[in-house]
Amino acid sequence: MDFEDTPEEAEFRAGVRAFLDSAARRREPGEASVYRAGLERPEVRAAAKAFQARKADAGYAGITWPKEWGGRGGTPIQQVIYDQEEARYAIPRGLFDIGLGMCIPTLCTWGTQAHRDRFVRPALRGEEVWCQLFSEPAAGSDLAGLRTRAERDGQDWVVNGQKIWTSGAHYCDWGVLVTRTDFSAPKHRGLTYFFVDMRSPGIDIRPIRQISGQSHFNEVFFEDVRVPDSQRLGAVGEGWKVALTTLMNERYTIGGRTGAGVDVGDLMELARRLELEDGPALENAAVRDRLADWYVASQGLKYSHFRTMTALSRGETPGPESSIGKLVIAARLQSMAAFAMDLMEQGGALTDPKLAPMAALFQETLMTSPSSRIAGGSDEIMRNIIAERVLGLPPDVRVDKDVPFSELPAGKR
Amino acid sequence: MNFDFSDEEKQLREQAQRFLRERCPASAVRRVLDGAARYDEALWREIAAMGWTGAAIPEAYGGAGMGYLALCVLAEEMGAALAPVPFSSSIYLAAEAILAGGSEAQKRAWLPRLASGEAIGTLALAEGPGRADVRRLRTAFRNGALSGEKLPVPDGDVAHVAVVAAQGERGPVLALVDLAAAGVAREPVETIDPSRAHARIVFADTPAEALGAAGDGERLLRRIQERAAVLLAFEQVGGAQRALEMARDHALERYAFGRPIGSFQAIKHKLADVYVATELARSNAYYGAWALAADAPELALAAATARVAANEAFFLAAKENIQVHGGMGYTWEFDCHLYYRRAKLLALALGSTRLWKERLMSQLEAANAPL
Repeated sequence: MDFEDTPEEAEFRAGVRAFLDSAARRREPGEASVYRAGLERPEVRAAAKAFQARKADAGYAGITWPKEWGGRGGTPIQQVIYDQEEARYAIPRGLFDIGLGMCIPTLCTWGTQAHRDRFVRPALRGEEVWCQLFSEPAAGSDLAGLRTRAERDGQDWVVNGQKIWTSGAHYCDWGVLVTRTDFSAPKHRGLTYFFVDMRSPGIDIRPIRQISGQSHFNEVFFEDVRVPDSQRLGAVGEGWKVALTTLMNERYTIGGRTGAGVDVGDLMELARRLELEDGPALENAAVRDRLADWYVASQGLKYSHFRTMTALSRGETPGPESSIGKLVIAARLQSMAAFAMDLMEQGGALTDPKLAPMAALFQETLMTSPSSRIAGGSDEIMRNIIAERVLGLPPDVRVDKDVPFSELPAGKR
Repeated sequence: MNFDFSDEEKQLREQAQRFLRERCPASAVRRVLDGAARYDEALWREIAAMGWTGAAIPEAYGGAGMGYLALCVLAEEMGAALAPVPFSSSIYLAAEAILAGGSEAQKRAWLPRLASGEAIGTLALAEGPGRADVRRLRTAFRNGALSGEKLPVPDGDVAHVAVVAAQGERGPVLALVDLAAAGVAREPVETIDPSRAHARIVFADTPAEALGAAGDGERLLRRIQERAAVLLAFEQVGGAQRALEMARDHALERYAFGRPIGSFQAIKHKLADVYVATELARSNAYYGAWALAADAPELALAAATARVAANEAFFLAAKENIQVHGGMGYTWEFDCHLYYRRAKLLALALGSTRLWKERLMSQLEAANAPL
């Protein structure tokens, strides 16, 4: 056992560092990375696009994609090494995750060579940004229950309906879209998959105000939007298969991302600063007990990640331990934030960064953490995945499996 | 990054697994549980003959010198099989104590016999219920003689040699005692896990030798406990994994309301949580194994982290295994209780979760370790 790179990995890492030193600035100690929220600002997006073009030209975009897609033909461990190094630099991140992580791999898998020639390069260089038009008000965890309708009209399809939770829809150029084309078929069999120009007439984008007060997501309304049949991926009625390609890539993207928000170190720091009724919070037995719990879980995740990296480094498929990260991180964020605020007593309610300790980090995490437990597979879906795919337990009994979609009962919400 | 066991160690694991499935089924554990023997002597002789007892003992002292990663792999399988033998007492505790603190003469006297399995060793610390504070022990070691009562001592009634924590003339001290000496009275005691022997030992002016330098007893004991905590964590991870598999198998085979109970989310989510806890414990144990094998300064923190995670994972897996089995899981005939007993026994063996969380926090503060 050791924690060193192989000679090949060390050489790759050195190349990555040389590129990053030439293209970006190192983060200062304690400087947070710009992620998601900052992308609302046009100048941040412009900077992200400028960096992405240099990254693509240097061969570090699409590291694991095959060369025939326009990628590097590299290995997953090279991707991990690149991500580790990039995280040390002040680079606006997250703008291309969905497009490069999910949409373009789906397009390359299911589309034509003409599609690849037209779309891969602009996406890799950050010239075109992609979004994912999947979830609907009545189709979240049960995505195949979606109702957005597409009807054939000559060489086009006409789309009507509503999508929701679309990150970045208002600044994206293209989106991948799942629609229902046959309401008389059982729900998984009546779907068809397209990609769509986000500037098409009839698309109306409205931001959703989240419980945090911020707006990272949108509702997207479709009213008689015309989509050429040439933008269909997979056969008519086979959209679920295509969507699964996107979703498998989503798990990789989200599972590989390190959690934003508070960590155990932040909580230790707070406990050092605060006084409780019997002295410094860090000396309080109840506080120490909880800190130890969270430390143990965070280390367990860290070393699970090391095990995953070891498998990747050997060219093996990672074991199932790679599936636990999101479930553990999301719930922990919420409980750590709530506990930290308890230590502040009534003053814990304050959210002004000038008044609340550590620039209101804990208060902000309390309000953002519910989304971590839902987005990209809710806690409940993640537990189903572990139970079914890792432990081999039976899938849920599905009462809607062989029933025409139009005959399924719909709830009031 | 090479955070995994080597191919040889993995082969050893498979070999151990095959052997123990064959030679140590639940019926072998039950033979000891039911009082037919204090430990499985035939199994003990066989694992000693294969070199497991001497795995991490240097060849110069009669061991196999395979190293600590090999011992971790064996520990995991011994834990999975609930092996009813004095492996942890004799190897993780006694042999490790003598290796860490023994004089050359003490090493030569005992290590070859422990390595061959001919002698069994143990470590005696507790003095009845309540915290075994090493600075307030009532057992005294003065002028080469030991007096006091130790309860419970794992494998205390079958051991040949004991490392005994006592109050010395200059603070806490570890004493090495040949249990065949005069002034040793011992009797078996019942514990929650009768598949592992425990005893009360009363020392009355028993001749003993100091182990390690005077005044170094507390540090030495801590070091022994930390090393043993990593090895025990592997036993616990092995046990948790087996309890989880048992619950999974039952959930697939047992039908209720017209379906396998494993198709209900109440069961699926419960077992997913057990899986998560077991994997976190396994990963923390791996890091402990690295620190143990490399004799790294991170060992104290790594051991505490591994121990806390393993204590919680094994107990969670064992109690939820009973729950998934329902009423059947509460019967003597089903094996669920074997894991439940062992899980709690091991969670107490080197000190409780609460104690190790406190050690963990002290380490974090002292090291100001990067998180």
